Amino acid sequence: MIAVTLRALFCLLVAWPLLAASGQAVADDLEALVAGLGSNSFAEKARAIDAIAASGDPRAAAILEALVDGDLQTRRDDDRMVIAEAKGRTYVLRDPLSGAEIGEAGRAELRPIIINNRLRGQLRGAIGGLTLLSPDPGRRASAADAVFVTRDPELLPVLDKALARESEGWVRDRLERAAAATRLAAAEDPAARIAAARTLAHYADQDVRSLLTASSQSEQDADAREAIAAALGQVETRLALWGVLANVFQGISLGSVLLLAAVGLAITFGVMGVINMAHGEMVMLGAYTTFVIQQLVLAYAPDWLNWSVLIAIPAAFVVAGGIGILIEQSIIRFLYGRPLETLLATWGLSLILQQTVRTIFGPSNREVISPSWMSGAIEISGGLTLTYNRIWIIVFSLIVFTLLIVLMRRSGFGLRIRAVTQNRRMAGAMGIRTGRVDAMTFGLGSGIAGIAGVALSQIDNVSPNLGQGYIIDSFMVVVFGGVGNLMGTLVGAFSLGLVNKFLEPYSGAVLGKIFVLVAIILFIQKRPQGIFAPKGRAAET
Amino acid sequence: MKMRLLSLACAALCAVVAVLPGQARAADTIKVGILHSLSGTMAISETTLKDAMLMLIADQNAKGGLLGKKLEPVVVDPASNWPLFAEKARELLQKDKVDVVFGCWTSVSRKSVLPVFEELNGLLFYPVQYEGEESSRNVFYTGAAPNQQAIPAVEYLMSEEGGGAERWVLLGTDYVYPRTTNKILRAFLHSKGVSDADIMENYTPFGHSDWQTIVADVKSFASAGKKTAVVSTINGDANVPFYKELGNQGISAETIPVVAFSVGEEELAGLDTAPLVGHLAAWNYFMSVDTPENKDFIANWHKYIKNPKRVTNDPMEAHYIGFNMWVQAVEQAGTTDVDAVRQAMYGQKVPNLTGGIAVMNVNHHLSKPVLIGEIQPDGQFQVVWQTDDVVVGDAWSDFIPESAKLTADWTFPWVCGNCEKPRFGDQKPAGL
Repeated sequence: MIAVTLRALFCLLVAWPLLAASGQAVADDLEALVAGLGSNSFAEKARAIDAIAASGDPRAAAILEALVDGDLQTRRDDDRMVIAEAKGRTYVLRDPLSGAEIGEAGRAELRPIIINNRLRGQLRGAIGGLTLLSPDPGRRASAADAVFVTRDPELLPVLDKALARESEGWVRDRLERAAAATRLAAAEDPAARIAAARTLAHYADQDVRSLLTASSQSEQDADAREAIAAALGQVETRLALWGVLANVFQGISLGSVLLLAAVGLAITFGVMGVINMAHGEMVMLGAYTTFVIQQLVLAYAPDWLNWSVLIAIPAAFVVAGGIGILIEQSIIRFLYGRPLETLLATWGLSLILQQTVRTIFGPSNREVISPSWMSGAIEISGGLTLTYNRIWIIVFSLIVFTLLIVLMRRSGFGLRIRAVTQNRRMAGAMGIRTGRVDAMTFGLGSGIAGIAGVALSQIDNVSPNLGQGYIIDSFMVVVFGGVGNLMGTLVGAFSLGLVNKFLEPYSGAVLGKIFVLVAIILFIQKRPQGIFAPKGRAAET
Repeated sequence: MKMRLLSLACAALCAVVAVLPGQARAADTIKVGILHSLSGTMAISETTLKDAMLMLIADQNAKGGLLGKKLEPVVVDPASNWPLFAEKARELLQKDKVDVVFGCWTSVSRKSVLPVFEELNGLLFYPVQYEGEESSRNVFYTGAAPNQQAIPAVEYLMSEEGGGAERWVLLGTDYVYPRTTNKILRAFLHSKGVSDADIMENYTPFGHSDWQTIVADVKSFASAGKKTAVVSTINGDANVPFYKELGNQGISAETIPVVAFSVGEEELAGLDTAPLVGHLAAWNYFMSVDTPENKDFIANWHKYIKNPKRVTNDPMEAHYIGFNMWVQAVEQAGTTDVDAVRQAMYGQKVPNLTGGIAVMNVNHHLSKPVLIGEIQPDGQFQVVWQTDDVVVGDAWSDFIPESAKLTADWTFPWVCGNCEKPRFGDQKPAGL
């Protein structure tokens, strides 16, 4: 305690003559404040941040941003504060005040300045206040959001100034939201609070709901309380509507994952009738191929990292498809017509594949970096956030499915597959090499499973157990949709996805899964052939 | 007939192979059993612990072994299969005749081996944080009890420094550890004046991968005008998709902090942590802690595993402490006999890797410091809060009424893991 007081006294003594001399004073003052950020106590850092934000210095925003990003560090040997920017393996050091380069350093030579969540929130608010008038509309918008959170009444004049000169509609929207929130929290005049509540009623997001709920409880004025309650009602109705839409999107998204996982099985199990328990491991191999391709890209062409996922798609198809053909040729072709043996053999195979991957890559998860175009989300409204990775996976699953349908229906290869599955002996008599078609079909199904693995690497763990989580769901989709019918797989996947997601909020994830399973068992009792029954002579055999 | 002969011959051969080395070596080595899954779902976490144990044993042997004998590791693979844990434990104790076993990760695997260790009077060191409510004569718990992890973490989030949370989401995987921990936490929150309306509890299956709905639910639960925090007892693989969804849906640590009890450096290794900065974890050890002991330990680990990128984590430190305590206890007792070593274990002291001294208490739990760390962009944790001193592990939670009455104390006059009264009352044994 005494040390702290002494240090404060010392700072004051040092700073005093500098403060007295104007001109030079502002810069040195800032220097002293920045030095305060290096303190060991969070409380002292908090004071320094406030003082820097209040200093009005044009460099303040950059320094605070460096702190929140973790770039503001101290050099270990001379305790000098620097802004460190990663450049390859080393860091380029710049002076936080002048911005001049002062050399390079390795990671071990630097010590980051520690901040916690409380400081992080404070920093975002402070940066928001400093960047409300920034020339970049994106930064103005995030500044407005930061002010919405802190609701600092001292920023109202700046907010009004920013609103007056704002030309971009969407940024204006965010600024108005921030200004209304601040007024609702701080305005003395009830009429101003009522106006603010009415403005906020046009927004439909969780944060506004949270704010209105809190202020409806603390509001003293009866009229204002009524206005807030009315606004809250409007916001909640809109949120509920968006909630239903969000559920639909999540259902479709889950459906697309199920579709991707099941569509390969729809070929190997649905069309060929092989109970392939190693299907999930093909998915897993596809995911690991994505990882390997990413490592190769990192090593040889780091600029292409964003596109490594796309490169991985054909690679995963080839790897998983190749292994599929190998499995068909070495094991499965001896077991056609013996479902029990196939089941046991492929089950054993799945364990072998898992353990092989575990031996080669290790048991821990591998990191597949999401490309920038797959990270983040679009906020349609506050109540509905669509994440990019889910959107891309929906698109991707539909593309894969369409290509597969075209291949099966319009190509010579598809024709031969259908011929062999409908009547093997007749197809053989017509000169089709049935054994070869079997191998290629199994390879196709496995290859598509591999492609699914590329997509799943974006949302799930790349670990040796990846496939296990999908095998049961995949069988469920194929059986539910109708064995031997690709359209059935499509319908089955999306209906299971939607049912699951609409049940989940009521029953929880565990019970929801059980309900779906029981429902499918009952459905299969009533209709053993699934949603889409195969028609014609093939159905009888 | 031929088959039967073959299997008979095989069985005979197996028996001979199993017995021979056991007898031949029993005299000149001390056997240390390692019971961690090397395949199946838990391999991700447990394989590292097996390697850590092998490293500790190799180091001890390099120092000249123990009681003039070499230590000999006996590694078995229970394959993440809970009943198989019990079988393998029996095999270690009866067939291999090991002197001590280090192992288990999930609570269900520990519950499965417990009867075996008690029946055969074996000695198990269990290195993982767990739900408490247990104290066995034959197990030393070197991981954190709830009062050394869950309770301090929640207290921190309630404090002004941690954000002053008033509304709580308890997310967990559906099995014994999360359910018991959340039962204790709910009772604790009640004692702090939090009503049931401000607590949301949700359980998901092992390996759950579609978190969209739950994360959206958390968001809407958090929009009731009170600061909300999430307490996660989600275990294993499900964490990666959970954190990815958090990042993608833009839940930042400043708005809704998530504190996890089963996520360490190893679990973050497969994850891009940039969107997760500021989310928290509570442990007794973080790799980032800057002490000379920890530096040595990490350097040693990197040298042993021949990969400078591998991380260290809390259960590894627990094994480090447990193993060193056992070595000291054996040296003091002058024998590896379980009953003698158990007595020598009480009060055993080993320096923590994070500073301070860990002490083994008579309830078979450690005194350790509690650290709370925030996730950093490089996948490490930065300590933002820690206890001033070590915290004594509590076998029975004070917040569950029926447990609060129970005491675990394996010394005279209690000699009991779950008693309301000392077993021997006031009577003194003859000669004292």
